[in-house]
Amino acid sequence: MMEFNTSELTLLIPEMLLLTMACVVLVADLFIPEQRRGITYLLSIATLVFTAIAILRLHDGSAIATTVIMNGAFVRDQLGDVLKLCILGVTGIVFVYSKAYLRERNLFKGEFYVLCLFAVLGMMVIVSSANMLSVYLGIELLALSSYTLVALNRDSGVASESAMKYFVLGAMASGMLLYGISMIYGATGTIDFQTMSEVIAAGGANGMILSFGLVFVVIGLAFKFGAVPFHMWLPDVYEGAPTAVTLFISSAPKLAAVAMALRLLDFGLGGLFEHWQQMLIIMAVLSLMLGNVVAIAQTNIKRMLAYSTIAHVGFMLLGILSGSETGYAAAMFYAITYAIMSAGAFGVVILLSRAGFEAETLDDFAGLNRRNPWYAFVMLSMMASLAGIPPFVGFFAKLQIINAVVDVNLTWLAIVAVIFSVIGVFYYLRIIKLMYMDEPTDEHPISPRVDMAAVLSINGALQLLLSIFAGPLIAVCVIAVSGIPG
Amino acid sequence: MIGLQHYLILGALLFCISIAGIFLNRKNIIVLLMAIELMLLSVNMNFVAFSRFLGNMDGQVFVFFVLTVAAAEAAIGLAILILVFRNRQTINVAEIDTLKG
Repeated sequence: MMEFNTSELTLLIPEMLLLTMACVVLVADLFIPEQRRGITYLLSIATLVFTAIAILRLHDGSAIATTVIMNGAFVRDQLGDVLKLCILGVTGIVFVYSKAYLRERNLFKGEFYVLCLFAVLGMMVIVSSANMLSVYLGIELLALSSYTLVALNRDSGVASESAMKYFVLGAMASGMLLYGISMIYGATGTIDFQTMSEVIAAGGANGMILSFGLVFVVIGLAFKFGAVPFHMWLPDVYEGAPTAVTLFISSAPKLAAVAMALRLLDFGLGGLFEHWQQMLIIMAVLSLMLGNVVAIAQTNIKRMLAYSTIAHVGFMLLGILSGSETGYAAAMFYAITYAIMSAGAFGVVILLSRAGFEAETLDDFAGLNRRNPWYAFVMLSMMASLAGIPPFVGFFAKLQIINAVVDVNLTWLAIVAVIFSVIGVFYYLRIIKLMYMDEPTDEHPISPRVDMAAVLSINGALQLLLSIFAGPLIAVCVIAVSGIPG
Repeated sequence: MIGLQHYLILGALLFCISIAGIFLNRKNIIVLLMAIELMLLSVNMNFVAFSRFLGNMDGQVFVFFVLTVAAAEAAIGLAILILVFRNRQTINVAEIDTLKG
């Protein structure tokens, strides 16, 4: 029964490589003198690149077959590979953006990179999980690294306070999730997604314990997503954490969250679709409502983007709750584009900050067009994309979701989503208006380093390029989710 | 005879106490950390009970992992607690309210 086949390990090479390199960076950083810290940065970037290459190398041209290894703990499939590559790419962007910011604030330490790499490993484990245990361990690896990252700036009272809030609420959510998992384990007698869905389909599970467990699992998931009414931590953490960390937390983990929802809810608990669909509908509508409306009242851009995240989470949930393959593909596409948009938006916030100055209020964006037209345009494309204005890619992401929701006869939900997105356009347009119509309050020149300027420009251009190539990318997502046994 | 439901009720009670501990607590953060630990232990109780009555080892293996993670979590929680205390000279929950969430 318990067999160990060494050939299975080849499929684990990307994860093992990342783990080894994270440990190497951790130790190597001790021996690197302060002024040569750039080596740690380069090592971390190299780690991401080599892990991505390792994932691609296992492909040998054709689509990869779904393989479950490690006695049902780990699954390697198309969905996992696409999302892992995106996670690695977004983390790479985060590293480039955050370098100057961290250096100016005396936070340019190895810890940032090591913790980010461990968080990436946690996300990769979540994305590839095939049973409850690996989901849980992945979540914890990601969460524990994130708590520590938020507290990275040790002398900041706000940062440590938001880390404490994040920790308490996060640990409580993990507890809820675990309680749900224990109930589902009790009802089905297994922690394996495949066996679990078979037991549920055969009607061999205790219905009451099972739905009890499902409620707790959905609550735990909603917390990790930041969906209303479990969103309390999000604005505080976004505001309190150093912007470089907010940039990381707001982008890549959303990809892992979508994968986690697909694996847990569809792969494992697909037989309870009617039950969890109801819960997700409530949370999606509340998230769209609260996120878009409360964001209008914010004057701090990090808080505003936090509420905008909540609204976007509502959209991702809409895709998941449609329960169809197109819906899952749309949610995945949405998460990928959202991660890129969010990274870009926080990238501009970082760009405007400098030593001793945080560009945190909306007024700091006033007259950006006069100061630097190109970065004003980059921010314009981010905001327009987040708002869902064509021809930017955010429009196509929203369109896919709404298509999927209408396809499963939830037209009223699509109407609600559209109404609240239109309300949401207001606060994105306000930033654009500030940048183009108002007088600059701050004349400090904007001079990013070459690497940051290049990546940020590409990131802005991607908002337009991706909408031209939206078709192929959506096709990739459709192929990826088709691997999930429905 | 003590049956499965007795263990589950105990587990649920411990879980409720820990939730109440998190939400009703107005005094200090250490109590919050204790409530979180209690929550994880109530889950362990469930796992072991189910594992025993289902005759399946998976639950007990899960408990080992939960215990390990709980230890790591406590370490990080206490580390953040020390940071909060150093910056604020207080660990009173009611006084930690600079951020309005």
